[in-house]
Parts: sequence; structure tokens; C-alpha cells
Amino acid sequence: MSNEIEAIKDPGLPAHVHRRADTDPKAAKKAERQVAILFLLSALGTVTMIGSYIFISQDIFIFFPVLGNTNAHQLFLGLGMAASLFFIGMGAIHWAKTLMPDEEVVIQRHEFRSPDEDRADFVATAKAGAAAAGLGRRSLIKRSLGLSLGLAGLSPLILLRDLGPLPKDELSKTSWKAGTRLVTDPGDRPIRAEDLEVGAVAQTLPEIAKGGHRALSDIGKDAVLLIRLRPEEFNLDAERLSWTHEGIIAFSKICSHMGCAVALYEQQTKHLLCPCHQSTFDVTRAAKVIFGPAARPLPQLAITVDSEGYLIAKQPFTEPVGPSFWERSS
Amino acid sequence: MTARERIAGSVANYVDERTGAAAWMKKNLNKVFPDHWSFLLGEIALYSFVILLLSGTFLTFWFDPSQREVIYDGGYQPLSGLKMSAAYASTLHISFEVRGGLLMRQIHHWAALIFMAAIVVHLMRVYFTGAFRKPREFNWIIGVGLLTLGIVEGFLGYSLPDDLLSGTGIRIAEAIIQALPLVGSYLAFFAFGGAFPGEAFIPRIYTVHVLLLPGAFLALITVHLMLVWYQKHTQYPGPGRTEKNVVGYPLLPVYMAKAGGFFFIVFGVTAFLGAVASINPIWLYGPYTPGQISAGSQPDWYMGWLDGLVRMAPPLETHAFGHTISWNILIPGLIVPGILFTGMALYPFIESWMTGDKREHHLLDRPRNAPNRTALGVMSLTFMLVALINGGNDIIATTFHLTINQIMWFSRIAIFVLPPLSFVITKRLCLSLQRADRDLVLHGRETGRLVMMPHGEFVEVHEPISAEKAWLLTQHEQNPALALDENDSRGVRRPGALKNKLRARLSKAHAVAVPKVTAEDLKEIEHH
Repeated sequence: MSNEIEAIKDPGLPAHVHRRADTDPKAAKKAERQVAILFLLSALGTVTMIGSYIFISQDIFIFFPVLGNTNAHQLFLGLGMAASLFFIGMGAIHWAKTLMPDEEVVIQRHEFRSPDEDRADFVATAKAGAAAAGLGRRSLIKRSLGLSLGLAGLSPLILLRDLGPLPKDELSKTSWKAGTRLVTDPGDRPIRAEDLEVGAVAQTLPEIAKGGHRALSDIGKDAVLLIRLRPEEFNLDAERLSWTHEGIIAFSKICSHMGCAVALYEQQTKHLLCPCHQSTFDVTRAAKVIFGPAARPLPQLAITVDSEGYLIAKQPFTEPVGPSFWERSS
Repeated sequence: MTARERIAGSVANYVDERTGAAAWMKKNLNKVFPDHWSFLLGEIALYSFVILLLSGTFLTFWFDPSQREVIYDGGYQPLSGLKMSAAYASTLHISFEVRGGLLMRQIHHWAALIFMAAIVVHLMRVYFTGAFRKPREFNWIIGVGLLTLGIVEGFLGYSLPDDLLSGTGIRIAEAIIQALPLVGSYLAFFAFGGAFPGEAFIPRIYTVHVLLLPGAFLALITVHLMLVWYQKHTQYPGPGRTEKNVVGYPLLPVYMAKAGGFFFIVFGVTAFLGAVASINPIWLYGPYTPGQISAGSQPDWYMGWLDGLVRMAPPLETHAFGHTISWNILIPGLIVPGILFTGMALYPFIESWMTGDKREHHLLDRPRNAPNRTALGVMSLTFMLVALINGGNDIIATTFHLTINQIMWFSRIAIFVLPPLSFVITKRLCLSLQRADRDLVLHGRETGRLVMMPHGEFVEVHEPISAEKAWLLTQHEQNPALALDENDSRGVRRPGALKNKLRARLSKAHAVAVPKVTAEDLKEIEHH
């Protein structure tokens, strides 16, 4: 493979150059002192660390130019620890570099390939073993063993079945029902249309019974964003327009892309932006995706008011909220 | 014989009579390791792993991996009275009440970042110098496995505190699982014990983070190091270094002192970072709730490229026959990373197929002497870099007063344009460097001394380079491309001609080189 043409010759390993400490006892003594100083610095670091742990209280903050306001306990504990470790390393390496032998050593590599007779012996042994077990001849044993090993290997899968319930229609439904009041999050107060000024945004959840518990997995599906525009700013079809109330429109706050909370509302452009992957939704056009990786608009919740004037859901969400999944039909 | 020698002798005798260790130790204590700064990268990864084990064990003594809801009444006033998970509350406890707790948390997080960075740079060193070639393909695959596990382990680790930022990351991971065709919603419900977020996930990933994956790491690292030990380390080319020998320092005492010392240096530097550089201040993010989020949500950098790919994906979903396939999640989140990592794992075999080279290699390549490989590496890195930049597009937008849309469109185009462009540029740079090497050997070093010739011409004096340098610049092999004829000797088209054609073209691309200087070239130039 290599070139037939004569190549430049390898001059061989260059002659070793001795260090000063190798020949000059004074230099060697100096290097020894340097190593000792490094080790002593480490000891000093450990003392600093132990002292900081015991004597510096955890509520003292001090100001340092680059670091800003820093917790003194944490800072000196850490600096002590850093010095205690770092200088052990520096000492050891300085020692190795100045005083330990530095002449390069050459050893030969061995070939990995086994000698031919070993390989032949191995094949013969393996074959003899297999023949003795009779695997080749007794195909009934071979097949039944394969079956039993395969089944036994699959059994952990069945044991993991109880990790969780089946999804059923969980991903498709939320707590919103016709007539459910929208309440503030946080605060759990019902909302009247006049509570929201034009341009305002409110984060809401469905009302729950007093003292009831709201699980995070419910919030993960139920969170709804209310936005109030001037009614003439909407660009909606008749049905979607009827889902709004006096310019208030409600969307699922859970991003239709990967489920993050779509929390950034830009009042001027009337765009909703998801901070995770920057999918951008146009509020005036029923949260149509105008930019980013999301493929579907945010589901809109139809709202109206009840007899006391509080905002309620007119009907449940008409489609699943949140990210897509295989069983989702639209 | 001193008393000390007698004690040491009897201890050694006791152990050897029961294990026969002396023969093995004798052989291995004289093991020689080549010296080069780039060989320290793998060591940094190993040492940060040890630091992670130590600091992580400390954290487990106080961390409560539970999503049980508690009302916070600890020392950090701004969060007082808030509902949160026990995991988040105990992380606050570690940060504010356990002495040295915040330091250990920060050391643990910094060590994780250093671990991942060291693995990536180590991988780059191994790749660009061709250290993955026969007989080291197994170790390359183990390395790719460690990198993959490291990404998962890091993600699970920063998810444990259950703060608003990391909870958002888990939400995204759930969406990826949920997007899998056919089994997605089932797998998501099994993983989370029901609907997201549930109360099962943190305890489960805790077990994976502190037991399963560290165990896998230990096993893989052990095999990785045993193979390095047994196969002996590769070495850079140079005078006196051949494919058959190892030039370096013996394990005892030099290498042991240096490597052992280096562990303490890595630990010391990590502790310094933990002391002065705040990282993941979870008390600023607040507890996780699915209805909230903070602007500028970012994963750690080793996940950032994945997030960047997801961000730039086009809004594609298929709705058919009552089912949904989210290409906008599957392509950037699973398919592209799957192709990248599989390609990376298989690269040693692909290269050996292209070149037809089945020999052992222990001398490293200078990256310029393998232009195709180097260009492919730079191309992959460029791809990752564009993805990573897009993963921070919101931060870049606010920092440089650009719009998200500008950066996103830049990335969407750049991810296709810049990698091939960087391939071409790198390959040309490599060939130029080869040409410069050739000039240097032929004409010597420019001294900067100008001399006026008798007839008035100015020339710069060149000085011949040393024999060592000339050897370094010419020692590499330059193998011709594979000769693969489409037709056999009788002029009949071979079976698999298309595959052969592809192989021949790749082989040809791989063999492109500026001819290195030979002894004859030098003789010829002496005549002038």
C-alpha cells in the first residue's frame, strides 16, 4: 500500500535533554521546596474550609466587584475547598515534572490477533462443546429453549404494565363543562366581563367546589387565557364570534405544539407567543398559527355569562387541548 | 532491611500468595503512556464522573424525590407559604439551610456540564485524529453510548428539583413521548403514572438518575478503560514513534502522579466554579405548575441543539384516518438525532469501507492529512452549532435586538446551507495546509532576513527545517483510491455495480491529497 518512492527517513527519538534539577542539587532542593509550599497551600485551604463551615453564619452577604452580592459562608467554604484540592494536584504534578524521572521510555506493541493455532484450537473447542451439547442435532431442544428464553425475556414488559393507567379519553377531555364558571388563577375568584379592560389578559381555571383539591394534571389541561379586545378587532367566522363575549375571547393556555404555557401576549400586535419554541398565534383570527413549529391553533373555549353576570363556559372544548397524539382525530 | 520494608514485604506477600497479583502488577506498573495535552480530555470526563458520584451522594442525603404537595415554610422568604412539591422544597432546603449544600449543588451541576463538555471535546479529538480506526472501533461505540447516556442523565438530573424551568423541560419530553405513533399516549401514561405531570415521575427518574444510569456508566467506563489499557494508547506521529511502539512515561511513578494530581486539579477547579459561579438558581424560577412559564426558558447546552431543531421545524402534522402524526416533533426530536447518532456510531466502519483499509492504526493522523474526514467532522459540528444557536434564539433576539423571525429563518436556511459550505471550505483548508507543509519541507522556513543579490534582486533567506520536523511533515501514508472496476475482466458488469460506483467515488474523495515530499524531491532540489 505504501509509496514505492523513497520516503524521508525517520531520524529517531531526539536525544534527551536533562532538566536543571537532574544535574544541579540546588535546583532539585528548590523544586522540593516549591512542591512542599504547594502542599502547604492545600492544607491552608482545608483549614479555611473548616473554619468557614463552623464560624461564618449562613446569612452574611458581602459585595464583590465581579460576583455581586455573595453569601460569605458559601463563598469561603467553596474557595477553601477549591484551594485544598487544587494545590494537592499542583503539588503532585510539579513534583512529577521537576523531580521524577522524565526520560521517555519506549515499549513495543503486541499484535491483537491470536496465533493461528490458538484460533484453530478455539474453533475446535467451541465446535466440540456445541457437539457435546448436541445443539445442532437436537433441534427440538434448540427451538424450545429459544421459545422459553424469548418469552422469559419479554416478561418484564408485562410486569411494567401497572406503571400507569391506560389513557382512554383522558387526553381528549378537560374539566370544562357547559356552565362552569371561569375563576382567576391564582385567587379562585369568579370574573365578570367588566373586570377585564380592553387589552387585558387573565389566566383562569374552571371553578371547583370550596375546599376541593386542584391537581396539577388538571391545571395542565384546564388552564385558559382570557383576552379582551374591541369586538370590531376580531376577524372570526360567525360561530367563533358567538363563542366570544363582549370582546372577551378564551383560549386553552396549553400550547398545541408541546404543551408549554403560552404566556406571552403582545398587546400591540395581538399575538400570543409560546416561550418554549416561539410558536406565534394570532388572537384576532382564533389563535391561528402565524409563525413557529405549532401546526394547530390553540383550542378556543366558548364563553358567555350566567344570570349573575359571571363568565362561564358555554360548552366544553370541542377538541382535545395540548400537544398532538396518535388517537387525535383532527 | 528496614522495618518499613519488612511490613510492606509481608503485606505484598500476603496478597500475592492469595491472588498472584505480583506478576500482573510487575508487567502493568511499567506500562507506558504517551504524553499530550489532548489525552487529558478523556481524563477530565472520567474525573468529573467521580466528582458527580461524590457530590451526588451528598445531595441524596437531603433531597426528597417526591411530588407530594407541601406548603413551604423554609428560610427563603419570597416563596414562603407557596404550594410546591417536596422535591422542590427539599432542594430549597439544601440550598439555604444545609451548610455546604448550595456549594455541593453547584459543584454537581458544574461537574455535569464539564463532564459533557469533556466528552464532546474528547470525542472530537478521537475523531479528528482518526483514533477510532481498527482496533479501537468498540471503544468508539462505547464512547457514543456514554455520550448518549450523558445527555439523558444530565436532563434527568436537572429535572429533579421540579422547578418551573425544569418542569417545562419535562413537559416537552412528555410531548415527544406522546407524539410517537401508535404507542405514544400509552407510553406517556405509563411513564407518568397517568396524565401529565402526575405525582410519579420525579420519584421514578430519581431511581434512574441515581441508580440505573450511574450503574450503566460504571460498567461502560470500566470496559472503555480496560480496552484503552489493553490496546495501549494511540500516539501522535513524530521522530522515533512508529505503529509498533509506544513512546511515553511509565505508569509508576510519573504517570500516576500526573494523572492523580490532575484529578485534584479538576476537582479544585470545579469547586472554584461552584463557589463563585451561580448555576441553576432554582429559587428564582419558583415551583412547577403547568399553567405558568418564564420567558427565556432554555435547556442546558447539551440539550440545546435538540431544542433548536424542534424550534426551527416547519409546522407539519398529518391528520388521516382519525389519527395524527406530528412531524414537527418526530423529525427534529427523534428522526434527525437518531440518524446523527447512528451515523456517528457507525462512522469507523463507513470509513474503512470507503478506504478499504483493514489494518491496525496506532499512530494518529494530523487532521489536515485526512481532509475528507476532517471536513465531514466540521460539517457535523456546523450543523450542531446552527441548531444550538437556534435553541437560544429568544435570548439572542433580546440581546442583539433582532426579531425571533429573523433568527428562525436564518437557522432554517443555514442548517441546510452552512454544513455543506463548511465541508468544502474545510477540505480546501486542509489541502492548503498540506501544500504549506510541502513547501516547508522543500524550501525550508522563512527567516524574515532579506538579502540583496549582486544584481539588485531582493530575496528572503530560507532555512532548512530540522530532520525531526521534516519527518513529522512527511511520515503520513498517502494511499491511492480504491480501484473498483464496474466491469470484471471479461467486460461483464459486476453485481452491485451501483454500490461499487458509490464506494469508488467516496474512496476517491477520501484519497485527495497534495503529494507529500519524498527523498527524491529533496535530492532534486539540492541540485538546483
